[in-house]
Amino acid sequence: MEKITLASQLLQYLITGLTVGSVYAMVAVGFNIIYNVTEIINFAQGEFVMLGGLIMVFLHVAMGLPLILAFPATIILVTLVGIFLDRLAIRPIRRPSVLTLIIATIAVSILIKGTASLIWGKDPFDLPAFSGRNPITFLGAVVQPQYFWVIGFLIITAIALSIFFDRTILGKAMSACADNPNAASLVGINVKQMIMLSFALSAAIGAVAGITITPISLMEYDRGAMLAVKGFAAAILGGLGSFPGAILGGLIMGSIESFGAGLVSSGYKDAFALIVLLVILFFKPSGLMGSIEISRIKRF
Amino acid sequence: MGLLISQANAFDGAYKVGGVFSVTGRASFLGDPEKKTVEMLAEKINAAGGINGKKLELVIYDDEGDATKCNLKVKKLITNDKVCAVIGPSLSGLSLAVIPVAEKHKTPLVSCAASYKIVHNEKTGKPYKWVFKTPQSDSMAVEAIYMHLKNRGINKIAIMSVTSGYGASGRSELIRLAPEYNMNIIADEKYGPKDTDMTAQLTKIKGMAPAAIVNWSIGPTQVTMIRNWKDLGMTAIPLYQSHGFGSRKNIELAGGAAEGVLCPLGACNIAEQLPADHPQKSVTMDYLKSYTAKYNEPLSSFGGHGWDALQLVVDALSAVGDDKAAIRDYLEKKQGFVGQHGIFNFSPDDHNGLTKAAFSMVIVKDNDWALVD
Amino acid sequence: MLRIAKLPIAVFALFILVFPWTARQIPAIEHYPDIMVFAGIYCLITIGLSLLMGYAGQISIGHAAFFGIGAYISGILTTNYGMNPWACMGIGMAVTAVVAALVGTPSLKLKGHYLAMATLAFGIIIFIIFNEETQWTGGPDGMPGIPGLSLFGFEFDSVERYYYLVWGFVIAAFIFTVNVIQSGTGRALRAIHASELAAGAMGVDVSQFKILVFVYSAVLASLAGSFYAHYLNFVNPATFDLFFSIKLLIMIALGGMHNIWGAIVGTGLITFLSNEWLQYFEEFEVIVYGAILLFVTVLLPEGLAGVPGIVKGWFRR
Repeated sequence: MEKITLASQLLQYLITGLTVGSVYAMVAVGFNIIYNVTEIINFAQGEFVMLGGLIMVFLHVAMGLPLILAFPATIILVTLVGIFLDRLAIRPIRRPSVLTLIIATIAVSILIKGTASLIWGKDPFDLPAFSGRNPITFLGAVVQPQYFWVIGFLIITAIALSIFFDRTILGKAMSACADNPNAASLVGINVKQMIMLSFALSAAIGAVAGITITPISLMEYDRGAMLAVKGFAAAILGGLGSFPGAILGGLIMGSIESFGAGLVSSGYKDAFALIVLLVILFFKPSGLMGSIEISRIKRF
Repeated sequence: MGLLISQANAFDGAYKVGGVFSVTGRASFLGDPEKKTVEMLAEKINAAGGINGKKLELVIYDDEGDATKCNLKVKKLITNDKVCAVIGPSLSGLSLAVIPVAEKHKTPLVSCAASYKIVHNEKTGKPYKWVFKTPQSDSMAVEAIYMHLKNRGINKIAIMSVTSGYGASGRSELIRLAPEYNMNIIADEKYGPKDTDMTAQLTKIKGMAPAAIVNWSIGPTQVTMIRNWKDLGMTAIPLYQSHGFGSRKNIELAGGAAEGVLCPLGACNIAEQLPADHPQKSVTMDYLKSYTAKYNEPLSSFGGHGWDALQLVVDALSAVGDDKAAIRDYLEKKQGFVGQHGIFNFSPDDHNGLTKAAFSMVIVKDNDWALVD
Repeated sequence: MLRIAKLPIAVFALFILVFPWTARQIPAIEHYPDIMVFAGIYCLITIGLSLLMGYAGQISIGHAAFFGIGAYISGILTTNYGMNPWACMGIGMAVTAVVAALVGTPSLKLKGHYLAMATLAFGIIIFIIFNEETQWTGGPDGMPGIPGLSLFGFEFDSVERYYYLVWGFVIAAFIFTVNVIQSGTGRALRAIHASELAAGAMGVDVSQFKILVFVYSAVLASLAGSFYAHYLNFVNPATFDLFFSIKLLIMIALGGMHNIWGAIVGTGLITFLSNEWLQYFEEFEVIVYGAILLFVTVLLPEGLAGVPGIVKGWFRR
């Protein structure tokens, strides 16, 4: 077998990086939605991805529902979990402080993880790829069709969200809550409902990420924590609160990881994302596309 | 009610044996089948009248893969539950951690973990007095693989390993034994146990064009790795897995990509494929039938280690009773013990009792195992 | 707690003194002192962490790292170089102090979520290092053969001896920490927690105090790590993972964040839950922790330490 060229190798790393990065981007977008409306960082964000994958496995593989039905059904179910998180852990807190809210979302993430291990066990599960597994060769790099689905859904999500937040009343109402909840409620916006909606939306996006990535990398009950941390790193890299930032951050983070693992050290793969996070936090917390003024205004 | 009373009277005393397994937690794929196996075995033994008329009482604790809990549970078994021997733990690191406890309390410990260090005190070069183990050492699996590669005329290989105890141990054996078999390791890649994608590492390996790849991992990463290997179009490079691959479930999860993958396996994995005159045929077939009938799930290679450990202790109990020192002495002299993973021959210098003959090379063919020469 | 109440400390010290003997009389809990040793080790961490979180209002989700640094430094230096364990403990604490200062200085400038994430990232990076640097740490399999502790020939090689050693240090740390809270430093901390802006305006060097407390809590964790290593005679990276950092949070939240007694009570409860009481519910263990944390956060924000206040409130009606 001939050696493949360095260029092909680099291209391969890039493609893997963009695919993995799309998942981080979706997690980051989910973080931003909730953050924009509530200024809360939801540590349970990664669990939505995990649930998306596992519930889809249940509906599509165990119950035999066709893909076209199982996909939206899974999203609805995970959305319900998101709403549940808001109702159970966020809304009831009487005196919300940063510490309390962080701990509340950590608590829920542990609960979800534990419940998942009870229901599905500890083994990984597989989903059939949406359009088969015949790889496409491209300039010496090998691309799985599923990669396109992942990246494709990221693009669809991004477009849908920008239309939602910029063009619809509901979306604008949600943004209003982020800027100034008191003023928002004065003009008749039900802030509590907007918060619930933000969790619902976040959960839905997480579910999409989980469903699309499972055919590539399987899914198991404890995948959530690392996804949340890396997704957060992506969000911070791009600038907390900025959607284009989240997408850019996710793709860059995925690529750094992929190149780092391939070119530097595969054992430290997870550390790359975290080191990037620390560097950003220490030197430019507003990230690539955030602005310093906005981060000062935010309460947290 | 009458039946219960007569059952209770059927035993004239009891032998208490303790077990610590990683039933839940990160190593549950080891501890869960081990626990199920020993419980099944104990049930069978007691149903057949116990050991010389005495009931076999198993006390099993879950260490959840955690060193602190393992230490506490082993101490509890010895001092509180007063068992005559301890089987387990499931993990190498944890086994190494509780060796001082077993030595201090002079209690035989039959570990179900693989590291050769469990039965080899680096300072003295000899086994620890009270500690035995039933799994084959990684070195034996590596030798089986290297033998096969050498016979095929391959010597330029790439290795991949997971950064867990299992992977690290296998990797160091692969590196250590390479010169002996003329193996030239041209790439040495690693990945984390929770990694979901190894294309970066495989791409790098693809760039080095080895003649074979040896992967040392356990759990989902071994399956993901196979899928990546296929997806990257690398199936022309033969892939060897470690003995951790030994479960039909892994073949299933790989979704057809595992066709042609090779690995070394202990006899209990391939009970059905063994020839009728193989010395381990009857115990392995018996285990296969009983386990799958009772638990309705495929046999796991690791459960076999539990079987071997408990059966050895039972053998000792039936010969010398429950004096700890007597059990230890008996185990150390035991020869020709037919177990799930090999035929054991213990000695004062060898508390594992196996050689590389305990492994057979197996290939995945038509979604099932097939023996290769 | 606004005064150093000597009576509760004395009562507690008495309880600690008498517990092992008492436990030995009751077969069912004969092995409890063994678990109490670990509870004591964890208390050393949570006392410091409680000061950081409850009084200085800073969050750390990465304290397992400091616990681990102390444990590994003790382990490596005593096992590979045969150095005196007590000296290594000191070295561990010094190294940890430096690391904590290096990490803390930029981190503590961050607020809330950012700080939480920075400590989280730091904790995971250290965990990865423990796993990867096999020549030093033994890698994922861990490092066995760590010697025990002894002083002038007196060996701490039984459960009881180690128990008294560790709890002696815990009580000392407790008294010292409570003293700090009563002192000018403590008032400065509470001012910072209430409002950094106001505290700064009043002349409190906010960053200096925050870093000081962070380093203090890290050093205590390192000490705990050394004790852990010499008791178990073994360390492996899995002990110092993210989940342990979260467990520390649960211990503090359960006991009550604004009360050092809370740290001790919470730590004791979670340690026993973890190693003894939940053993019949293994599958549920993670769920139980999540449920406890959620319950405490939503319904009992002051933790168990707040219960007497709540009960008093009922009686007043």
